[in-house]
Amino acid sequence: MGSNVLLFFAIFLASAVEAVEALTIVLAVGTVRGWRSTMFGVGAATVVLGAIVVALGPALSVIPIATLRLVVGALLLSFGLQWLRKAVLRAGGYKPLHDEAAAFVSGRAEAGSAAASTGRVDWYSFTVAFKGVLLEGLEVAFIVIGFGSTQSRLGLAVGAAAAAVILVVAVGVVVHGPLERVPENTLKFVVGVLLTSFGIFWGGEGAGVEWPGSDVAILGVAGFVALVSVFLTRELRRRRQRLRLAEAKA
Amino acid sequence: MRYVVAFGRFWWNFVVGDDWRVAAGLVVAFVLTWVLAHHGVAAWWLLPLAVALLLVGSVAREARNGS
Repeated sequence: MGSNVLLFFAIFLASAVEAVEALTIVLAVGTVRGWRSTMFGVGAATVVLGAIVVALGPALSVIPIATLRLVVGALLLSFGLQWLRKAVLRAGGYKPLHDEAAAFVSGRAEAGSAAASTGRVDWYSFTVAFKGVLLEGLEVAFIVIGFGSTQSRLGLAVGAAAAAVILVVAVGVVVHGPLERVPENTLKFVVGVLLTSFGIFWGGEGAGVEWPGSDVAILGVAGFVALVSVFLTRELRRRRQRLRLAEAKA
Repeated sequence: MRYVVAFGRFWWNFVVGDDWRVAAGLVVAFVLTWVLAHHGVAAWWLLPLAVALLLVGSVAREARNGS
């Protein structure tokens, strides 16, 4: 029960963050060049992502569980560490925060300067929307497949992702603009901690580890990863402050 | 050929990311964990420790280069 809640939470947050970024791309193109071809692109990418989940999800259930956990754990760990590393660097001031408003403005400018459509389908809008949704959604698709197949909860994983996407799109329609107030880096930080923790836990089980306390160990792993990440962020901020002070004195 | 290279680069970026040392470190950590666990040694501590060290090392490198 507890791990299902954590699983739902992890997939929901990861999907929400990627959906916010995809929404910005789609809105930028759609508002400048029209919605018809843009929505074709969104639809085509959604079909491809759905096909990946439908094809790979059940197929993975025939792989022995230890091998599956090792592979999925390693993959989640790799994704999680990439998210966490960037989130820590952003929170520490060593990477600029992702700015949805700026991404929206630059997306609109690019869409406006691209060649005008001559046929029935505007291939620029189609391609940008297709690529945006596919690339942002691909990682989520793998996370959904990984979580769903390892825990035999593919339905729950798909439901969590769908709920997040529906929520983001609904808010996007109401706001009628990019969701710039969403604390993206905080969400990425949390998702990074969760993916990394599940990756350690399942990858470890797949490699033959017996966790003290069995499934409860995931909470300990998550706590440890969160503590290390928070400590690292604080140290980065202190280092940056020291450097700024030294520069000001010089 | 150009598409094959682009396809390979996409998957490299997707799975490995910005710092290949982290991915290489994870492979080593998994192999060590597997070997220890299959020799009856309690190896549950190895992956969390390796992840912490890899994260700290990667972030420190990036901070040094970016400062």
